[in-house]
Amino acid sequence: MERAKYPFIIGFLVFTLFPVFWMFKISVTPDRLLYSEGIVAWPSQTTFDHYYAVLVEGSFPDYFMNSFIVSFTTAALVTILASMAGYALSRFHFKGKVALLTILLLTQMFPIVMIIAPIYNVLTFINLVDSISGLILVYTAFNLPFACFLMQSFFDGAPQELEEAAMIDGCTRLQAMEKVTIPLCLPGIGATLGFVFTAAWSELLFALMFISRQSQMTFPAGIMNFVTKFSVDWGQMAAAMILALIPVCIFFAYIQKFIVQGLTAGALKG
Amino acid sequence: MTNRVEPWLYLAPTLLFIFLLVLVPLVTGISYAFFNFDLISGTQEFVGFDQFVRILSEDEVFTMSLVNTLFWTSTSLFFQFTLGLALALILNSGFRGIKFIQPVLFVPWAVPSFLIGLMWVWMFNPVTGPLPYMFEGLGLMETPENLLSDPDLAMWGPITANVWFGIPFFTIMLLAALRSIPNDIYEAAHMDGVSGLQAFRHITLPLIAPTIIITLMIRAIWIANFAEIIIVMTNGGPANSTQIVATYIYDTAYQKMDFGYASVISIALLSMLMIYGFTLGRIRQKMKVYI
Repeated sequence: MERAKYPFIIGFLVFTLFPVFWMFKISVTPDRLLYSEGIVAWPSQTTFDHYYAVLVEGSFPDYFMNSFIVSFTTAALVTILASMAGYALSRFHFKGKVALLTILLLTQMFPIVMIIAPIYNVLTFINLVDSISGLILVYTAFNLPFACFLMQSFFDGAPQELEEAAMIDGCTRLQAMEKVTIPLCLPGIGATLGFVFTAAWSELLFALMFISRQSQMTFPAGIMNFVTKFSVDWGQMAAAMILALIPVCIFFAYIQKFIVQGLTAGALKG
Repeated sequence: MTNRVEPWLYLAPTLLFIFLLVLVPLVTGISYAFFNFDLISGTQEFVGFDQFVRILSEDEVFTMSLVNTLFWTSTSLFFQFTLGLALALILNSGFRGIKFIQPVLFVPWAVPSFLIGLMWVWMFNPVTGPLPYMFEGLGLMETPENLLSDPDLAMWGPITANVWFGIPFFTIMLLAALRSIPNDIYEAAHMDGVSGLQAFRHITLPLIAPTIIITLMIRAIWIANFAEIIIVMTNGGPANSTQIVATYIYDTAYQKMDFGYASVISIALLSMLMIYGFTLGRIRQKMKVYI
């Protein structure tokens, strides 16, 4: 039994890493060998020219910066708002709660492509079209429902009695939250941050539709430029892809243990 | 705690966001279904339920995309779930080097979906990727060809990419559920002479069932709506063989610029997902009684 799982682990590792390895291979293959040595496991010559081009010559550092700002701000904003909402959903019984939860679930079901044009109109109305601020607001709105469900389940997992005891001992609700509930839910908060950050970092459709200025472009939209603007430069694109994976993988690797811990505490039992 | 005002105070900012940027656009989007958009004059004409008749009676592509959506969603979901559960069980049992291997196995979840699509397009292409030769070596193909250009097989391309992407979600969720089962239950069962397989069937499975159902529900909805990988890999082709409802909506709205009809299809998809969600929700409610 103990040994039987190693073949499975190796199988999962190969399935997970092979496409990424292949991408890396393409990113270090010189352009002239791209097709002639397209199917060999490692090219006869390697080059880091594509990385140089992406990092130094292109606008990718700007795209990276924009993506960081967008993803971090969205993650922080969503986590704060969803904590408040999740707390209300977990601790209170009130009229309209079921209707509210149904609406939150409903927002996940409508195809996003159909609401792009109406959202564009809303953004025009508040004068935030073609700016990362507008993008942050849209990402926040679309990540909130799932984050609310997550935060609600974390608060459900944190015993209410402790909080009430603190309030009997003279704490206000806010103090009780700060001293008792928030520390208990810290892994859950980390988990929500992680989920939202990765979602915002990867989003393409909105970024493509709402942003046209180079200076405001996020990373995925920037990569799409390779497909549309020039004749497709696969090598540079693969290099940009590998570079895009690095920060989000580091962040995710760091945060994934919180995600599992946080979900374990909340356990999504409710 | 019962309180009239307080919960709404905490909910207010969230509701404001969702109202302005999701619900208002959603209602606007739905209203498109009752209008016919004329591209040339840029006007829209109210046509009532005319476009709903079209989807019910004469749209073969829609019927086809519906069947494809079922196949795409159920197959992706099946492999994501079974492989995700298997991985969660392995990770939960622990092994040497898990600290380094676990984060690596979660990497696909962090990759932007259109990049996943492009990555697998290369993998399946006989000029740039190894997969056709592997299929040939395994005797699955006579000559190394691109699976994505064969109408009978094309859907397996995006499904593979989707499974690659979706396993970590189930693993993370199920691993968390497994970790929250107290160990003493297993110890007690072990003392009573319960075998490993029996323990899995009668202890583990019922205890993680609520997580299984909620993750299956939310993932199925996401997958049915998940068009990006298919748009990047096959754009619905060849011959509509990978056209799912979500890509058909995209195609109708942004290629044919027929927003009215695209909205009708969206409403059809929305209603089917609502029935699905409602059914699973009821099942979950019933199960709560026993668990």
